[in-house]
Parts: sequence; structure tokens; C-alpha cells
Amino acid sequence: MKNVTVSNLSLVLAFALVLVSIAISAKEKLGLTKDILISVIRAIMELVIIGFVLKFIFHIDTLWLTAFSTLIIIFNASWNANERNPDSHKKLWSSIIAEAVGTYVTLSLLIVSGVIKPIPMQVIPITGMIAGNEMVTIGLCYKALNESFHDLRQQVLEKLALGSDIKMASMPIIRRSIKTAMQPTIDSAKTVGLVNLPGMMSGLIFAGVNPIYAIKYQIIITFMLLSATGLGAVISGYLAYKQYFNEQMQLRD
Amino acid sequence: MTIIELKNVDYQMGKRTILNNLSFGIKNGDFLTLIGPSGAGKSTILKLIANLISPSSGTIFYHGSDIQKLDPIKYRRQVMYCFQQPVLFGKTVKDNLPFPYQIRNKEVDLDRLDSLLKIVDSPAEFLNKEINSLSGGEKQRVALIRSIVFLPKVLLLDEVTTGLDGKSKEIVHRLIESVHRQGTTIVQVTHDQSEIQVAKNVLEIKSRGLVNEKCNG
Repeated sequence: MKNVTVSNLSLVLAFALVLVSIAISAKEKLGLTKDILISVIRAIMELVIIGFVLKFIFHIDTLWLTAFSTLIIIFNASWNANERNPDSHKKLWSSIIAEAVGTYVTLSLLIVSGVIKPIPMQVIPITGMIAGNEMVTIGLCYKALNESFHDLRQQVLEKLALGSDIKMASMPIIRRSIKTAMQPTIDSAKTVGLVNLPGMMSGLIFAGVNPIYAIKYQIIITFMLLSATGLGAVISGYLAYKQYFNEQMQLRD
Repeated sequence: MTIIELKNVDYQMGKRTILNNLSFGIKNGDFLTLIGPSGAGKSTILKLIANLISPSSGTIFYHGSDIQKLDPIKYRRQVMYCFQQPVLFGKTVKDNLPFPYQIRNKEVDLDRLDSLLKIVDSPAEFLNKEINSLSGGEKQRVALIRSIVFLPKVLLLDEVTTGLDGKSKEIVHRLIESVHRQGTTIVQVTHDQSEIQVAKNVLEIKSRGLVNEKCNG
């Protein structure tokens, strides 16, 4: 663990990296200086708080507190995914169901297969990783749904006029949105190792773990993200398309 | 017997009133032609009858029942709306004509499709034609056949012959006539003078839905 110790002096010196982006903003007159400072202060405060909270939870080491922490992570991820939905009739529960099912199904498989132990030190970071990736996927799915319902509006109206139910009328849109949402995870899986060394693998290598063991974990993480984002995209897509119709099965404006 | 009745129907789009207190009835088996200036609300009336939009107030009855209380899917399969500029699905004609069977979970009846294609002078090979290669008239024929594969009780035609050449118009008229002869009530919106002149029942929609009934026959 000696390799991963960061002294306070190193931390302060690393702040010079922030000054680089502030200097770019000032020189190019981008007007981002205030935003950069606020984001840095927020990141420091949030990370310090979460550091102490995690230390406390790891120390207590009880099942109910671990479970409660996963609920908080899932709710936050759902809230943020829902905020990315441009549809004015969006429903938060769609995001919560998609996030919860995707996260807990994947997490359960990891625990049952013995990949991780049901201890807070492993469950909480993995939950954060799954829920965070799902959040991005669900947000992408919502955006793609919104754009497709706009672009293919006439086709949906034609199908409704022919007596189709809303699912059949929306099927090409749902499929397109799920595909768009899953694409970044699939693309990223194609380049793992060749282009980027993901955070989990880098962290283990930093901590002095044999790269072969780190790779094993990364393979599992790749499988885990494919499962979680797939579930998140499918569930959110099939729940959210309904919000584009009213109770008379008419396409909303 | 009245098949469709509009009673005190208002329709507002934002703050704009499109239809104000509109009331009229359509008799079963009738061929009604709606005419009037652009923006008078003729297409809106058809969409309201098709239950693709709902009135802001007032009621539309189908066989005496409020359409808002009927199953929208079952209702739209009986009261079919055809768009002025139809959008076809997929890549070929074949991707479109089986759609009414797919949504009803039924086997495609090729004999039925063949008989409909014969009415519009199209050979069976027409099914394999790519959508991108179809003329406006051919697209409209596909859209109309798609709507009448299962004979509807009411067919709502929203300027379906606008922009078509003489021959295409004639073919579309032939198809509509054949549907009407089989007992389907037809309500069409048109600006075409030749269609208005031969129409028996004409309803003139003036500004914001005031009606003036004419009878040529």
C-alpha cells in the first residue's frame, strides 16, 4: 500500500494542475474560471465527506448499513438519470426501477459467484461503479427516445391510425434507443486494455497487485457493466416510451 | 342511422381556437365531403373522429357511444384515418401491407392482398418494389390498401389525392369507390374541384368550425 500513499504536500502541489485549466480559461477568455473553481471546491468537499463516511461504514461493517448505502447510491443515480430525460412527462420511478433491477441483479450474481464478498469495502464501490455506468446508459436511452419520437412522429401516428397498440407503434424507436444507449459500453469493451486501462485495473496495479490478477478483475468488471447497462437500457426504454402517450393512446405533442 | 355524431365540439391548440361548438352527424354508409378554406379545421375534425386527438370539450359519438369511453385500438381498427402524405415503413411494399395482419396476430392473406392490388392495376410483383422507387401516387395506393385490408366501418381521407396526377387520382378514386360500395362510410377532405363537383353530400367548414350543408345530389 506504500505505493498509493499521497502526502498532503503532494496534494497541494497537484493543485497546480487546476491552475493550468484556469490559465487556459483566462487566456482564451472562455469565462470558465468561476465554474472550474466551484467544481474543484465541490469535488474536494464531496470527496472528503465521502471519505469519512466510507471509513465509518467500513468500520461499523453491518449488513443493514451496507444495504442502506446501496439504496442511497441507486436513488442518486436514478435522480440524475431522470434529470437527463428531456420528456416533460418523465417519471422518476422508471429510472429507480431500471437502476435498482440492473444494479441488484448484477451485484447478486457477483456475490453468488464469489467474485466479491458481501462486505461494505467491496459491495459499496462496486455498487457505485454499476449505478454510475447505468446512470449514463439510462440518460442516453431517454435522450434517444426523445429524439426518435420527434424524428419518427409521423410513422408512429400512421401506426396508431391503423389500429396498432402503442408498443407496436413504438417498437423501432424503443430498439433504436436501447441500441444507442448500450453502444458506448460495447465500444468501450472493445478497447479495454488496448486504448485505456480502466480505473479498477489501474487502481489495483497502483496498489501493487500483480497485473494478471488485475486483468481478471477487469474482465469481470467488463462483463458486469455489459449486464448492468443492458438491463438498465432495456428496462428504462420499455418503461419510458409509455410516457409519450396519453390514456387515450394518443401521441402527446 | 347516424354512425358518427359530433356534439358541441371545441378544439383549442394552445390559446388558438381551431373549432368552436361544432355539431353535425354522419349517416351510416354516407360519402361525405368536407370543404372549406385552409386552417378552417377540416383535418382536425378527421383526427378528432379518428381519436388521434381529443376535443377540448364536447363529445364525439360512434353508434351512440362516447368514443373516449371505447377501447382506442378496437375503435381505430373500425374508424380508419388516411394521411395526406403517408409514411411507409421498412424498405419494400411487402414491409407495409402485412402490418394490419401483424397487429392483429393473423396470418397474411395473400389472396386478399392480390385482389386489392388488382383494383389498383398493380401486379403481384409490386409487393417487392422498394419504397424509395415509388411515385407519390403509388405510395398513396400502398397506404390506402394498408388501411382497407380489413374493411373499416368508416374511412377518413385527408386530401389523399392532393398532388397526384390524373391517372393516379383515377386509380385512388376507383379504390375508394370499391370500399364505399362494400358499405364503408367515407368522410373525405378535399380542395379538388373535380371531386367537389361530383360529391353528393358536402359540408362546408367555415372559420372555426361553423358548418354549411350542401347537397349536390
